[in-house]
Amino acid sequence: MSAASKDTALRTGVIARALIYAILLVFAVFYLLPLFVMLVNSVKPLEEIRQGNMLAFPELFTIEPWIQAWGEAQIGVQPTGLKPYFINSLVMVIPAVIISTLLGAINGYVLTKWQFPGHRIVFGLMLFSCFIPFQIVLIPMARILGMLDLAGTTYGLILVHVVYGLGFTTLFFRNYYDAFPTELIRAATIDGAGFFRIFQRILLPSSGPIIVVTVIWQFTNVWNDFLFGASFADFDSQPMTVALNNLVSSSTGVKEYNVHFAGAILAALPTLIVYIVSGRYFVRGLMAGAVKG
Amino acid sequence: MIERLQTYLPRLVLSPSFVLILLFVYGFIAFTGYLSVSDSRMLPSLGFVGLENYEKLFSLRHWSIALKNLAIFGILYIVICTVIGLGLAILLDMKIRGEGMLRPIYLYPMALSFIVTGTAWKWFLDPGIGLENVMHLWGWESFSFNWIKSREMAIYTVVIAAVWQSSGFVMAMFLAGLRGIDNEILKAAQIDGASNWQLYRRIVIPMLRPAFLSAFVVLAHLAIKAYDLVIALTNGGPGRATELPATFMYSYSFTRNQMGIGASSAVIMLMMIASIIIPYLYSELREKKT
Repeated sequence: MSAASKDTALRTGVIARALIYAILLVFAVFYLLPLFVMLVNSVKPLEEIRQGNMLAFPELFTIEPWIQAWGEAQIGVQPTGLKPYFINSLVMVIPAVIISTLLGAINGYVLTKWQFPGHRIVFGLMLFSCFIPFQIVLIPMARILGMLDLAGTTYGLILVHVVYGLGFTTLFFRNYYDAFPTELIRAATIDGAGFFRIFQRILLPSSGPIIVVTVIWQFTNVWNDFLFGASFADFDSQPMTVALNNLVSSSTGVKEYNVHFAGAILAALPTLIVYIVSGRYFVRGLMAGAVKG
Repeated sequence: MIERLQTYLPRLVLSPSFVLILLFVYGFIAFTGYLSVSDSRMLPSLGFVGLENYEKLFSLRHWSIALKNLAIFGILYIVICTVIGLGLAILLDMKIRGEGMLRPIYLYPMALSFIVTGTAWKWFLDPGIGLENVMHLWGWESFSFNWIKSREMAIYTVVIAAVWQSSGFVMAMFLAGLRGIDNEILKAAQIDGASNWQLYRRIVIPMLRPAFLSAFVVLAHLAIKAYDLVIALTNGGPGRATELPATFMYSYSFTRNQMGIGASSAVIMLMMIASIIIPYLYSELREKKT
């Protein structure tokens, strides 16, 4: 109904419509261009990039750059490729996402269904923590991680990502549970169900969508983080983003653009796949993170 | 006893998270705040020096370059993202065939790491192998695009890459706003003889006020925090031409052994963000109350 009435609201001529499509397509090209550049140049021999046209399809197709980027390229001291760093990222991301999502769910539950005096201030403080520039915590964080003997470890990075993800995960679940009928909770309490039982039996089963949104949001943020990885990780805990930056910016030897592009796609792949598979939820998370209330 | 436990249990469950936030966010802010008035250099030190670090900070040429760059970058980034985002949203909202194809294309950069974006644009904008070279090969011999190598223009390449990454997201925010507008209002205005242009200028755009506000807040805080993209794209160079407050803070705190000054720059960054975020959150949370 509303879609049909939209038609009547806007009258556009044939020329105007052609122009609209042209503009939309030009922007589609603009957004796809860097991805195209990365893809076609990641399967060219280095000579062809140097001599040839970056926007041309490869004359000589090779997957050598991908093999190099994954397993052989020199990053740091060892010619290990990006593989170990990819694994570092996975080992860091998975626990960080699970823990912060669980805590966010239970926090959201308390802040909406078991409100106590001052719950608004607690939530406000957690919410503001989403937006702080992380530079303000870098110096003390480095000290604390050192004191806890977690400096340079994956555990340290997990802790950091859980703490600075809590604000967002709590926000997501709070807003979701806020719309959940409180009468149901009240009825369950009268029937003698306790705090955890209600959460487990009534709220969790209907939390599917918001869990997906939160997991995607956290996964994307933690995987894409660079600042914490660059500040607090050692060789054996460095995440993918840091390794990619080291690969691309290392000034020794020839610049192997094709290997850099293959590496960049490898670093982008997990979040890109998540986006392609569940774009709808990804967008919903972005919006929930932006538009409060 | 169980009754009492039931009343305190929720608070007990929330408390680990709350304590973590209090300590790791607000405690750390206080600690960095103190460092900014201390004589810390290579390591944190507790000797009180008053506002000396702030005086030094604002007399540093590096810092004024960083602030100037932030102003250029921030304003262009916010304005261009808003214009492109709003424009694309309005066009996409005109019953476009293939909208389902176009929207994900506009939005996918948001899923990428800034390091990936920086790498892609760094080589694409490189005059030797990238766009300039392509144009030369296509026969446009006089084409020149070496912004990324130029002290004056490099900051604008950061704008290009950042706009590429975020404008699709702004589009999605405006599109959601547009879809929320009641068509009856538009129809009524049209019956009154309003043209398409008037319709947008007088009715639609004013009704998108909340989307404008959200877009501004998100973009402004991303601009102030911008770090990864500059590191990957230009590494602050050429020279220090693309230094931003975030890169300044990092280099002064951890590589130049001027931790007190680094801490004071972090405090300034926090104050910039707080002045945008706190009024916004305050009004959002208040609205919910009523």
